[in-house]
Amino acid sequence: MPLDYAKLGLKVGLEWHQRLKTHKLFCNCPSKLKREEGKVKLERKLYLSESELGEIDPAAEFEKIRNRTFIYHVFRDVNCEVEADESPPLDLNKEALEIALTISLMLNMQPVDEIHVMRKIVIDGSNTSGFQRTALVALGTNKSIVQTTSGSVKLETLTLEEESAFIVKTTPSLAEYKLDRLGMPLIEVATASDIKTPEQAREVAEKIGMIFRSTRKVQRGLGTIRQDINVSIKGGARQEIKGVQKLELIPLILKNEVKRQLTLIKIKNELKKRMVREKDIKNNVYDVTEVFRETHSRVLKKQVEKGGVILAAMLPGFKGLLKQEIQTNKTFGYELATYAKVFGDVKGIFHTDELPGYGVTEEELKKIKKILPCKEKDAVVIVAGKREKAEKALKAVIKRVKMALNGVPSESRRPLEDGTTEFMRPLPGPSRMYPETDIPPIQINEGLIKKAKRKLPPQPEEIIGQLVKKHNLTYETAKELFIEDKDKVFEEIVEETKVDPKLVASTLLNTLKSLKRNGVDVKKIGKKELIDIFKAIREGMAAKEAIPNIIAFLAQHSDLTLNKALEKLDLVPISMEEAREIIDSIIKDNIHVLKRKREKAVKIVMGEAMKKLRGKMDGKEVYELVREAVESKLIGD
Amino acid sequence: MTLSYHGRAKVFLEEIGAEDFSVVLVKTRNNVFKGVLLPRPLTEDDKHIVLKLNNGYNIGVRIDKVEEIKLLGQKARKVISPSEIIKAEEYADVSIIGTGGTIASRVDYVTGAVYPQFSASELLSRYPEVEKIGKIKTVPLLNIFSEDMRPTYWREIAESVARELNSGVKGVVITHGTDTMHFTSAALSFMLRNLTGPVVLTGAQRSPDRGSTDAYLNFLSAVKVAAQSDLGEVVIVMHQTPSDTYCAIHRGTKVRKMHTSRRDAFLSVNSHILGIVNLKEMIMFSSYSRKAGEGEVEVNTKLEEKVALIYAYPGVDPDVIDFYVDKGYRGLVVAGTGLGHTPEYIMKSLKRALENDVTIVVTSQCLFGRVNMKVYRRGRELLKIGVIPGEDMLPEVAYVKLMFALGNYTEKSEVTGFMRRNIAGELTSSLSLRLFPPTNQIYQGV
Repeated sequence: MPLDYAKLGLKVGLEWHQRLKTHKLFCNCPSKLKREEGKVKLERKLYLSESELGEIDPAAEFEKIRNRTFIYHVFRDVNCEVEADESPPLDLNKEALEIALTISLMLNMQPVDEIHVMRKIVIDGSNTSGFQRTALVALGTNKSIVQTTSGSVKLETLTLEEESAFIVKTTPSLAEYKLDRLGMPLIEVATASDIKTPEQAREVAEKIGMIFRSTRKVQRGLGTIRQDINVSIKGGARQEIKGVQKLELIPLILKNEVKRQLTLIKIKNELKKRMVREKDIKNNVYDVTEVFRETHSRVLKKQVEKGGVILAAMLPGFKGLLKQEIQTNKTFGYELATYAKVFGDVKGIFHTDELPGYGVTEEELKKIKKILPCKEKDAVVIVAGKREKAEKALKAVIKRVKMALNGVPSESRRPLEDGTTEFMRPLPGPSRMYPETDIPPIQINEGLIKKAKRKLPPQPEEIIGQLVKKHNLTYETAKELFIEDKDKVFEEIVEETKVDPKLVASTLLNTLKSLKRNGVDVKKIGKKELIDIFKAIREGMAAKEAIPNIIAFLAQHSDLTLNKALEKLDLVPISMEEAREIIDSIIKDNIHVLKRKREKAVKIVMGEAMKKLRGKMDGKEVYELVREAVESKLIGD
Repeated sequence: MTLSYHGRAKVFLEEIGAEDFSVVLVKTRNNVFKGVLLPRPLTEDDKHIVLKLNNGYNIGVRIDKVEEIKLLGQKARKVISPSEIIKAEEYADVSIIGTGGTIASRVDYVTGAVYPQFSASELLSRYPEVEKIGKIKTVPLLNIFSEDMRPTYWREIAESVARELNSGVKGVVITHGTDTMHFTSAALSFMLRNLTGPVVLTGAQRSPDRGSTDAYLNFLSAVKVAAQSDLGEVVIVMHQTPSDTYCAIHRGTKVRKMHTSRRDAFLSVNSHILGIVNLKEMIMFSSYSRKAGEGEVEVNTKLEEKVALIYAYPGVDPDVIDFYVDKGYRGLVVAGTGLGHTPEYIMKSLKRALENDVTIVVTSQCLFGRVNMKVYRRGRELLKIGVIPGEDMLPEVAYVKLMFALGNYTEKSEVTGFMRRNIAGELTSSLSLRLFPPTNQIYQGV
């Protein structure tokens, strides 16, 4: 049954993060990612005292517990002293500011008169400085609206900020980051929590994304645009789902999140019914290693052999709730396991809703239940590992279980490929910001705005409409060309070669993609090569069917000219006459078979003919010739 | 009750009776803002007012675009208590003498303004680990940026150090701005004798308001050296590398700030670092003077302030030298080129200076290596007219040493003898190949 989102009080706000196509925001390093690891590594700590954080922020508390070491990979060609936090920032990148202003104006947002760069405190180590530099560039007015099929959504803020460092590895005691990404300019656009359905969220996300692209000054490719989703339902709690990269996942993630919150509320009500109170949930952790001395559970045995221990905790009245599915294929027990993993750095947990199993026997369970001791309605969680880690993990589980009495805790969650999400850390309090005193305020004068207005790119719908009209494309094709940033190349090729626009579009959108999927290095085939190929087709030097072959061949033999390639591929088109001769000789050679299988004759001849004619003649034409020939040669008998 | 605006903005705000930190409602053609009015530095224009919005961001609003402004109230400003004067503890292991600088600052997160912070309780709350190293007491002495340091402040610091050590603490830490820290360390090295404990200067290159501050490791390492080492020297303890792994312990007369902003800006020049230190360990590499086992620290603050440090370069005007001579200066340190040279056309002025009883010491602007004034003719000519070669001394150290020499001796031979004698580790008899380039010291071990 579809959910009634209005009734559930679903509220969604989106935040886009889009990287800009220009050098870094506060230094002159290029915004270029590195594949490899850095040769130079820095080791740092972050020191924040409680007084600095004011009221203790739950996320900060979390980090303090983790007292971590941070390793930073530094790259000679894309990093300087600024990213290493060894020098004050240089002036704010003017081009980045111009792009931000352009996007503000396209979204009908009002630029501020004077920009003040702020330091937003960040404690996960993703910024070497311990803060992220960010500046409010424009604010929403009552004209800053995105229209969707199910209502309008208001835009609130547009900020220009530094991209964080890329995380390589994280454990409770250490996090490793690459500094190539740190400092790339990023704009963040945030909506009000006006979005009311999962589908609407997707629609808004797509529309805004297209506006970013129309500037042609934004980075493209995986990871260059990310959405953070703020979501809550009535009786639930606000979650921040961070860094969704695929648009099509947004509705699925939201549906899963609604289900998760509804189920957690259900669990809360069930616990109330079972009269479980917070004080019933004890913090006691029991060492049950002895029980598993002779165990057949390989997981547990391995941990004990490595010098670890097996600890257990009792969850009073929780029996059956841990196997409750709260997201697609993810139980409440799984949710507890993520807490154990994040806080205790253990591999996972066992719980009695899934035991006996995994080599753990009924007998062993009985012994544990006796030690704890627990009753029929209780559940038990077991963690194995080094004592310190296992203890931290189990305490985190107990803490999370207590939260279940209140329903849904507010968290930052990570989106997964299947549309579910996973606990990352408690939701940080309102971000603490203070002025970046190293950078004086920047005035946005009328001149700057006028300049941006003069160069304002057309709105996406205009660009798509033009493509449809001018080249007789379908709306979908035109939109795809625009979204993939291929519309400019498309127009240039069509202009230059006068080839059928549909052929050019399908080559750009489909052929290149499928060749890439098959391992062809299509990057080697640029605009110039494509223009040459289409010209050859226009001149009749090759049939359009041969395009994939030609591209694949040229990508592999980039030293050859197109003419040489056509020669080698034997793709020079042949005349109707020659084709007829070939087909006739095929029929002649196979005449006995064909007579026996008369009804399949066309198909058989077609197969043989295509072997010889592929790439030299249009397939449809071959088919016509084959049909004619078969009819006259066989039926004429 | 203050309003920190000037010019038109001031008039504009005074009209509605607003002050810094007033809550105001501002209407422009397209927006309505509610926010806290923040102070605006005088270095900025008078056309904008600065608001802190509810979302935490600050923005500037142009006053001629404001259609309406309303005063809604006053935000209670967080009172930052002035540093309490610390009563001397019954017993302390380490005295912390505060002189100001980045390390002793804290930020008001609303305005971004930096305030001094120096009470023991503040230091303890910032660096709780310090208790594991030893009991500390604090002596707030100065609160200046180190570019404002003066010789007379060196005297105050020296006296304060002597007082603290003589009161029985194991060691002294001096928190200091980094710009001129190496001048102070040199001055203290000459002014303090018979040290009964380590004297450790430290500071910060990244302010303590940020999580990435280097103050934490620097300060705790400095306290550790002061409390636990048997050094009888003045040293600087600052980051050894850009990582938060170890601090280097530099001899106070062989160290220089060599980078504008890096954590590891301080390098030992013509000297190995004495050792490395962090919260867990302290490893000493080089020989050093042990602390005196008995007696009191002696302090001698006599300095001749009429000493100047000048640079030799193509185009340097000999009038500069004449000016100092005419002004009655008694000493000049020349940071010469290469092995210790100066242009021929200033020789006349140098000669005149010497004839007027001005002592001249020649060091090298190369910093690394020793002056040798016997290799080229110019060097020999300089020696002949009577300049003193500064050996491998840093120009800044020679400057401080000359002030001290002229403050204490009048006879030319005494001054010369003092300058050529190793007093506080400032002269090195033999320069090992591994001292240059200085990265050798860090990345290949010492």
